[in-house]
Amino acid sequence: MPTVDLASSPLRELNGALHKLTPNTNETHWTVTNPRGQHNIAVGLDFPVEIDIDGHVGYYCAGMNKQARVTVRGNAGQGVAENMMSGRVHVTGDASQAAGASGNGGLLVIDGNASARCGISMKGIDIVVKGSVGHLSAFMAQAGKLVVLGDAGEALGDSIYEAQLFVRGTVTSLGADCVEKPLRDEHKVELKKLLDDAGVEGVSPDEFRRYGSARKLYHFHIDNVGSY
Amino acid sequence: MCGIAGLFLKDQRLAPELGGLLSGMLEALSDRGPDSAGFAIYGDGDAGQIKLTLRAAPSFDFAELMASLGKVAGALIAYQVYDTHAVISIATDREAVIAAALVGMKDVDMVARGKRMAVFKEVGLPADVAKRFGLSAMSGTHAVGHTRMATESAVTTNGAHPFTTGTDQCLVHNGSLSNHNDVRRELIRQGMTFRTENDSEVAAGYISSQMAAGASLQDAMTSSLSALDGFYTFVIGTESGFGVLRDPIACKPAVMAETDRWVAFGTEYRALVDLPGIDVAKVWEPEPAKVYLWERH
Repeated sequence: MPTVDLASSPLRELNGALHKLTPNTNETHWTVTNPRGQHNIAVGLDFPVEIDIDGHVGYYCAGMNKQARVTVRGNAGQGVAENMMSGRVHVTGDASQAAGASGNGGLLVIDGNASARCGISMKGIDIVVKGSVGHLSAFMAQAGKLVVLGDAGEALGDSIYEAQLFVRGTVTSLGADCVEKPLRDEHKVELKKLLDDAGVEGVSPDEFRRYGSARKLYHFHIDNVGSY
Repeated sequence: MCGIAGLFLKDQRLAPELGGLLSGMLEALSDRGPDSAGFAIYGDGDAGQIKLTLRAAPSFDFAELMASLGKVAGALIAYQVYDTHAVISIATDREAVIAAALVGMKDVDMVARGKRMAVFKEVGLPADVAKRFGLSAMSGTHAVGHTRMATESAVTTNGAHPFTTGTDQCLVHNGSLSNHNDVRRELIRQGMTFRTENDSEVAAGYISSQMAAGASLQDAMTSSLSALDGFYTFVIGTESGFGVLRDPIACKPAVMAETDRWVAFGTEYRALVDLPGIDVAKVWEPEPAKVYLWERH
């Protein structure tokens, strides 16, 4: 169980050591102390290890993650878990802009709020935000599910493709081509599983509304030219 | 890029540490703004006195200047030299003659005026700039600093932040405004003068013009949301106030932290990590288009 103190050890050493792990490593649980807002902590991991980061992190923490389970005990700066492929990233505080941006897979859980552009261009990642999300969240979101227990800011799901959005609170406004859709039983089953995976208790899928693409904009049609 | 650091003390026992804390914050933001740095410090003020910040060419002889200004004013001038800057403290009734004497003088310029505020800025790495001015030894109630990566105008001392366009008023800006020429023309028409072609100076001028017309800092910041177009995070200082405002799209990063002893702004959290009690501070991202304001009473 290695512990790396980033107050005394360079970040490159930590990331380098994590990249050198082998599939059968015994060092499966790492603790990182004193992150002090540094950028790029634990990026590019590709093994099923657990990383516990004790404090606030800067930009792109756990970016490009595969397989690993990364926990940030604090707030995360911009682009946490951006382009995640698989695994799980958990932020116990708030996340800044573009959380989970472009993510292909895996689960991102944010216990607090996420600010603007959460899940921008998401491509298959699932994101559960226990607080609220800022404006332009799920912008051009292609696949995956964004679950928001609180409220969503302006222009939710603008220019959305096939991602599914579930919001429990209010939505300030929907973006272009994003519409409310019926919450059917199959959605409730998926939603229940995500809530369970994210450790959410006492919240029923029935409390959410579902939003997705009206599919009017992503194939060009001359009648919609005014909407582009 | 660019970096902003701001610190507003609630617990005045920290006043002697203000400059040291701000210095560390600015240095942490060096890679966001390596070409110049500056800061405004709100220190002690004496009733009936005004502080003028002068800026001069390197190796300028401030002693000689003060001797000649002393003759004009008919009194000894109290002043302190900080590298290329000097801060003089004079009775308000002597200010007009001093200001008149400075007009047209080569190599020296009056760059800030305040009951409590002094403004320092230079080209160079933030740590070097802070050291040249002896920032660590400065004390006060609040301070606003900036590290610059120039985008809209040249790397010059005048182009560095903070910009001050009114008594005890200063503004630092991260971003770029798109309608600054329009707003500048209007403010010039109203009688305001500008030192630079810089967009951020226009933002400072807009706030000052609103406050000169009677608006509170809160109201001036609120109206700037509709008057100024572009990307911005502003941190604004007045004699008693400390304000933060982000544009409605929140293009530029911002982090705030607060304890019962202080409120701090940093473009990144890295700028805040050495503040006393940061481990227990409330840390959050300020919301877009929301005026945040703290005032001393």
